[in-house]
Amino acid sequence: MALGPYASFIVTSYALVAAVVLILIVWIAIDHRRVRARLHELESSGAARRSGRGATDLT
Amino acid sequence: MTLTELANPTRFLSLATRILPWLAMATGILLAIGLYQSAMAPDDYQQGATVKIMFIHVPNAWLSMFVWGVMSVASLGTLVWRHPLADVAAKAAAPIGAAFTFLALVTGSLWGRPMWGTYWEWDARLTSVLILFLMYLGLIALWRAVEDPSRAARAAAVLTLVGAINIPIIKFSVDWWNTLHQPASVMKMGGSSLDKSFLIPLLVMAVAFSLLFITLHLAAMRNEILRRRLRALQMLQASKPVALP
Repeated sequence: MALGPYASFIVTSYALVAAVVLILIVWIAIDHRRVRARLHELESSGAARRSGRGATDLT
Repeated sequence: MTLTELANPTRFLSLATRILPWLAMATGILLAIGLYQSAMAPDDYQQGATVKIMFIHVPNAWLSMFVWGVMSVASLGTLVWRHPLADVAAKAAAPIGAAFTFLALVTGSLWGRPMWGTYWEWDARLTSVLILFLMYLGLIALWRAVEDPSRAARAAAVLTLVGAINIPIIKFSVDWWNTLHQPASVMKMGGSSLDKSFLIPLLVMAVAFSLLFITLHLAAMRNEILRRRLRALQMLQASKPVALP
């Protein structure tokens, strides 16, 4: 696959999209872990929701 | 499952957790197919290989507007129906929409330099998309500036609905004004003017990026629901009376 004289523009575009998408995925995954960890920490220290269910319960 | 049933955050969390792995897998597979087709697409007779930038630029540009549309519907949900997940959906979509708009601007700029001879031109299409990007940043700042999520939600919903006026301006800017940007070539009266060898990879990439948005949006909404539960628990803890010795 020859990209011609403007290869650097094409490669930079694709690399940038890959980098930003990766940053979004990692940011959302880290955020999820962080919030869950803080919820577990709080619940293990005795905090409970009014409903009595765990904050990460899915049922 | 109806929209009313989905209004229950616990039910939404359960559904999102079940379908997220499947969505992520479908996104990965479609992205791989789209990237392969993009790599194999022929060079354009005028643009040469730079036409390959179209396969990532156009889906990002479409999504930059689509995400604002999703946020506008969610804003109506907040203001009119007071749907409990509406402001969660709007808040979670904003950073993702900002990222797509940023990518549309930068890839467009990188495509423009070899084709137009310039990275940037203050024409109607480019400027209106830049305004969209700035509006996304403004919304994110607003959400962060107001501590109470329900108060922030109402202010953000009004701002989102006012900002929605920019979407038709972006879409029709190439028809209303004389711009450097080319007019619509896929979604236009009389059908697409793109050859199948470009249109098929472009549509596959557009579906792949749309699935990527849905996946990221559901995951970000899940985080936001958990964050609100965390906040509620912290406030409950803080309001408990302290036993004095």
